[in-house]
Amino acid sequence: MTQPSALAGPAIQERPTTLSGRIVKAINRTPIHIALGLIALIWLAPTIGLLVTSFRPRSDIQATGWWETLSTLRFTTENYSAVLNAQGLLGSFVNNIIISIPSTLLPLTIASMAAYAFSWVKFPFRDSLFLLVVALLMIPTQVAFIPVLNLFKPLGWTQGYIAIWLVHTAFALPFGIFLLRNFFITLPRDLIEAARIDGAGDIGIFRTIVVPLSVPAIAAYGIFQFLWVWNDLLMALVFVQKNTNFPMTLAIQNLLSQYGTEWHLLAAGAFLLMIVPLLVFFSLQRYFVQGLLAGSVK
Amino acid sequence: MAGGLEPLEPVKDQASLTKGGKAPSVAADRTNRTAALLFLAPAAVLLIVFLVYPTIYTIALAFNRGRQGQFTEWVGFDNFVTLFTKDPNFIDLSHFPPSGAIWNNILWLVFYTGFVLILGLVVATLASRVRYESIIKAIVFLPMAIAATALAVIWKFVYAPDANTGLLNAILGVANVGPVSWLGDPGFVNAALIGAGIWGSVGFATVILSAALKGIPTEILESARTEGATERQIFFRIILPMVSLPMSVLAVTLIVNVIKLFDLIYVLTNGGPGTSSRVIAFTFYQDGFRSGQFGKAAAVAIVMLIVLIPVMIFNIRRFRQASVT
Repeated sequence: MTQPSALAGPAIQERPTTLSGRIVKAINRTPIHIALGLIALIWLAPTIGLLVTSFRPRSDIQATGWWETLSTLRFTTENYSAVLNAQGLLGSFVNNIIISIPSTLLPLTIASMAAYAFSWVKFPFRDSLFLLVVALLMIPTQVAFIPVLNLFKPLGWTQGYIAIWLVHTAFALPFGIFLLRNFFITLPRDLIEAARIDGAGDIGIFRTIVVPLSVPAIAAYGIFQFLWVWNDLLMALVFVQKNTNFPMTLAIQNLLSQYGTEWHLLAAGAFLLMIVPLLVFFSLQRYFVQGLLAGSVK
Repeated sequence: MAGGLEPLEPVKDQASLTKGGKAPSVAADRTNRTAALLFLAPAAVLLIVFLVYPTIYTIALAFNRGRQGQFTEWVGFDNFVTLFTKDPNFIDLSHFPPSGAIWNNILWLVFYTGFVLILGLVVATLASRVRYESIIKAIVFLPMAIAATALAVIWKFVYAPDANTGLLNAILGVANVGPVSWLGDPGFVNAALIGAGIWGSVGFATVILSAALKGIPTEILESARTEGATERQIFFRIILPMVSLPMSVLAVTLIVNVIKLFDLIYVLTNGGPGTSSRVIAFTFYQDGFRSGQFGKAAAVAIVMLIVLIPVMIFNIRRFRQASVT
């Protein structure tokens, strides 16, 4: 993303050399530090509050606010075991994994293949068809819900995972094709021409040249899609109709409507839902931010 | 791989020598219908079955009674007429300010989009002046990683009406105000929801605008300063015009977010209290999947589609320009 050298933003003035100069500058900067401190507080406090709450005993949560934790300092992991076992969030966690992995790998594969054709195979109406894909990008998924549900119902697919796999895959394609095609066309033409002359077919070029050279783009798209599916509520609400297949978003929504003020359960549940995206965020921040920025057109 | 790094010309010559009269095409993207079909077929099948056909179906369904999601009785524009004139939950213009899902979406459009853009620019500008810039950006960006469902739980907790639970009421309690039922009072609920939405999206704007700010050549800023321009003038005359393009792209993205907005509302308020925080996408779910009025729900989906068409055109234009340059 940003290089360390780029940290010196456009507004940074020349560094004063004298001590008094530095002091004046520090005083001038104080309002900026205060403002940024306040911003950091506003963006951290709500999340930290819920995190702290998820480890507080139920009786404490009901008696005092989380900001008074320092006066009691009692922590427990009971909330997590309660929500994982008694409330069945463990099963939902597994469902998230079962739903997310194929819903990431399938569109990744299918979109890469289509993007390859759009960038390196010539066929009639190629550019018009690609513009159609860009247009499909803007269709709100809601437009497809009713007819697609009609297709799935007689097959009973909404009772399993297949419905949610298929819709996540299909709805991810326009964006995936758009993103990957725009990356694939930047690959050096010479490389692909040389491979063709060496007798490589399209499958060979795709597998040995285009995909290996596009790992950054494919990874960014893969992370974006994985988190999209992991965090999705709406599609699961419509296309997962069997309780035992519910992902965590649905399970937490149910928890909220049943026990609206049982914060020990809700806080722990919300953190179980957040843990994987947070891990991804901290470990793969660069790809993650790139994927999300690119995904902004979705 | 290694062969590909060789200079192109000699390879080309050699190929035409060895293969003689066959005259192989050297165009990297030579016409190959079989290959095109092979690579495009899976995507094409999925897109046609799950996007193209359903869109046509839903457009037709919007003009039908649509019981059970099937074509039962053609009703012309009835569904649209009902939505815009007889459904106060969709739009009610009989009083001021108006109410209903469309109105709430307009509130979101103005305040969410506006505040996210302004705060994003403010945070990006402030952060660019300190050494811990990347930490501030990471903190503000963090909510982008988490599910709207988790974000909803976080804010339901902040907004809790009990001053011993909810942070906001606890803070107001210090000043002897409240407690306020932020999510239970129709007068506050939309502001509270929009606030949570802004919190979730400012980081996105910050990261994009921060990159744009870094693209402004330092020489321009420096020469402006030596010419005696004030920081205020520099911000309004140089920085703002130079980030106006990323700002407009960002605004379009945020508008799309608003029109598709569903999860946050569904989890935080379920459209309530009563129907006071519904938005278009919520109305679609409510009318179709809860009330079984599929024709009307299809009409709502078509309204969403129509609102998004200008965005589609904007994006195609932008994409075409990008591919020319």
